[in-house]
Formats: sequence, C-alpha cells, structure tokens
Amino acid sequence: MMPMNAVFKIIGIIKSFLLEIGELSFFAGRFFRESFRRPMEFKEFLRQCYNMGNRSLLLVAVTGFIIGLVFTLQSRPTLQEFGAVSWMPSMVSISIIREIGPIITALICAGRIGSGIGAELGSMRVTEQIDAMEVSGTNPFKYLVVTRIMATTFMLPILVFFGDAISLFGSYLVENVKGHVSFLLYFNQVFNALEFGDLIPATIKTFFFGFAIGLVGCFKGYYCKKGTAGVGLAANSAVVFTSMLLFIIDFIAVFVTDIFYDL
Amino acid sequence: MTATVPNSKPIIEIKDLRKSYGDNHVLNGFNMVLYEGENLVIMGKSGSGKSVMIKCLVGLERPDSGSIMVMGKNISELNRSSLDELRTEIGFLFQGSALYDSMTVRENLEFPLRRHTKKFGVLKDTTALVMEALESVGLVHAINLMPAELSGGMKRRIALARTLILQPKVILYDEPTTGLDPITAKEILILMKSIQQKYNTSSLIITHDVDCARVISNRMILLVDGINYAEGTFAELSTSTDPKVQAFFK
Repeated sequence: MMPMNAVFKIIGIIKSFLLEIGELSFFAGRFFRESFRRPMEFKEFLRQCYNMGNRSLLLVAVTGFIIGLVFTLQSRPTLQEFGAVSWMPSMVSISIIREIGPIITALICAGRIGSGIGAELGSMRVTEQIDAMEVSGTNPFKYLVVTRIMATTFMLPILVFFGDAISLFGSYLVENVKGHVSFLLYFNQVFNALEFGDLIPATIKTFFFGFAIGLVGCFKGYYCKKGTAGVGLAANSAVVFTSMLLFIIDFIAVFVTDIFYDL
Repeated sequence: MTATVPNSKPIIEIKDLRKSYGDNHVLNGFNMVLYEGENLVIMGKSGSGKSVMIKCLVGLERPDSGSIMVMGKNISELNRSSLDELRTEIGFLFQGSALYDSMTVRENLEFPLRRHTKKFGVLKDTTALVMEALESVGLVHAINLMPAELSGGMKRRIALARTLILQPKVILYDEPTTGLDPITAKEILILMKSIQQKYNTSSLIITHDVDCARVISNRMILLVDGINYAEGTFAELSTSTDPKVQAFFK
C-alpha cells in the first residue's frame, strides 16, 4: 500500500501542474487581447524576428544537415535488404517534411529561443526593468511579450522550411555518394512523393509550435520569482515545459490530420 | 507628533492604505500627504512596507483598501491609458537603477519619450531633450555607453536623467543612496536637490539612510508596523525622546 505522504505529494504535483496550465491559459488570453491594441510595436517585432530567425539559422542548418545524413545512412541498409532502395528519396522526404523536420527544429528552438526568452525576461523582472517600463507609461506586456510570441510564431515555420531543405540536401549527399543518384533524379522523386496534404498540416503545426515556444518562454520569464536562482529556473523550466507541450501539440496535430485523411 | 503643513496644495494624498500578503499585514492604514515643491522623506526599517507603499502609489501593486489620490486623480479608478498618462507626471528612481541593459544610454532616455505623443507630440529628433537631461546629471559623455559600462553612481544618475526626460511634477526615489559609497551618495543627494530647484518638482524619498534624510528632507514620516508612527521635521524627530523614534537616529 502506498504511504499517504506519497499520495499527497502526487496530488500536490498534479494540483500545481493544473494551476500552471490555468495561469498559462490566462497569459495566452492576455496575449490575444493585447495583440489587437495600439501601439503595434512593429519595430520591436522585426528586431525580435531578426534575433530569433537569423541567429538560429546556423544551428538549424547544422542539425538539419546531420539529421538528413544520419537518417539516410541508417535507413539505407534496411531498404537495400528489401530491394527498395529506390524508395529512399520518397521515404526521407515524407518523414522529414511531415514529422522529423518540424519537431526537431521546434525542439532546437525551444532550447535556444525559449530558454533565451525565459532568461532575458526573468532578469528584466528581477532587476525591476519591467517595473521601470510600466511606470514610464509603456505597456511591458505588449512591448516584451506580444512581440516575442509573434516573432516565434512567424519565424518557426520559416526555420522549419529551411531545416527541411538542408536535411533533404544532406540525405541527397549520402544517396549521391552511395547510390550515385543525381541531384535532379533525387529531388524529382522527393517532390513526386510529396502532396499538399503533407505540406499543409506540417506547416500549420509549426505555427502552433512557434506560439508554444514564445508563450512558455515569456510566461516563465515574465513571472520569474526574485533572485538570480529564479532566472536560471525560468530558463530551465521554459525548455522542459515547452518540450513537453510540443509533443502534446504534435500528437493533437497528427490525430486531427489523421481524421481529415480518413474523410 | 505633527509637522507644520507647508503652505501649498497637495500633490499626493494617501488615506488609510492597507496591503497584506496572506497573513503578512504590510500596510495597516498608512496616511500621507505630499505638497507641491516639498521633499518628503519616509523612513522605516527593512520590511516595514516602504517599497510596497511606493509601488501602490504608481499602480505597480494594488492596495487591499484605502485611497491614493495623485494630482486629484484616484489611482485605483483609472483605466490603463489614463494611468499611463498620469505616470508621465510621476518619475520613479528605482533602487537598482533599472536601466534597460540591452539599450544604450541614449536609447534608455529615448524609450519613454517616444511613447508619449500626447505630451510631447511626434518627436523626429530627440537629441536636444536627451542632451538636456544628460547635462542635468553631468553625464553627456556617456550618451553612447551601455549600462554594463557604467559605475553604480553613473547608473543612478542616468536613471535620474531617464526620469527627468518626461518632465514629471513629482519624483519618487526608492532608496536613492543605497549601495553607493559615501562620496557618490553625497553627490547624488546634491544632484537631487539641484534637480528639485531647477525643475520645481516635489519629491517623495524612501530611505533608511539618516544622512540622506538630514540633507534632503523638508518633512519626514517614520513608518513603523505599516502605519505612520511619527511625523515632523528632521530636527523635531531627531530630538524626540520616543525610544522607537530614537532608534532610527542612533
């Protein structure tokens, strides 16, 4: 029989998790309300897009390239065994475009961008910079939170497209070296295997991934508790919470897409 | 113990202010009036509710009960845009300066300026206003530096310049000399006095520094257990025989 202390501890964890979900929902609601209010802070939005997009390019490119290489190298022997090595471009393209590209890029961005937002807003909260903004008559939620969430929402799909392209190029290199497949033949097969039904759901879910990364990073940083330890915790929990949320969103997206496929 | 009421109109009036965090009753019916052109010092021990009171005053904290009137407007009845408009008349100097560390000194000063088009109009060039504010604090040469490149005293001066640039009628100082060496602290106090004379502002200073209170105050309030325990001039309070009042001056 489970000791009562353990039961209370589990109930406590569930309670605090549900409370956090509730607070996050309120935070998201406030984001939607503030998004349509003036001033629009367009300059800060563009600055955040540049920061998040441009500075993540190299990381996404390197990771995408390695994933394309490794995925093709690992799959090749199995396909060869079944005499289906010519299916390689189709298989790789569908796997990367539908699933691997979006989720891996989102996880990388959760680590790089989500933790960065958590730490930045956390340190601004701790050093009273957010309060200073508020008392100077600027809405800090609009300036700091709305711009960042919008930037992650719009930049992640672009990063995913870029990462997918680099992944496919990595896969092509393996096929070219091992199977002497030409660039034209490889990418012809890649595009023949893809349909709009693969691209659209995959693209739509990346907007949700981007939104989740920005939302959780901002939420953790904006309500960071006092002290430097709080800043570290905000950055760390932003990554953990976002990663979990990404898989939940992915599951829902696949589930919904599957219903549409059946129709 | 009461002080002589200055012969001018009130700019801030706080009545029966109460604020609790759970079972911790921080403010238990605090009352205060700040008059035009006056330097009012509020002294209290750490945790006595000074900072909570000043945060309630600018709408950063919501009081449980009581009223806060700033320039005739009740803070708790204002909507967001009216409150933001009123905030341009209230300068706030934070204890840790709170400069935006991703912006240069110039951008720190321009940031509030560009957002208040009602008060300043659409400003194409803010250089003159930025330079004037920096001249007031004697740091024109620091215009392109980042906050990380400034000393503690310089940060405090730039924060003061950022406060001044909005041309407020009242400035709230939260521990203006804390964390500074005695010489820099004295320089800040002299600067505060000169700013008050130059811009004819009222000042509310939260501190536990007796020297600061002696140099700057026209009137003082001692905050004990969330209420205004004693009120008077520095001379009146420092010669008081009340042991609780004496504890502040020892």
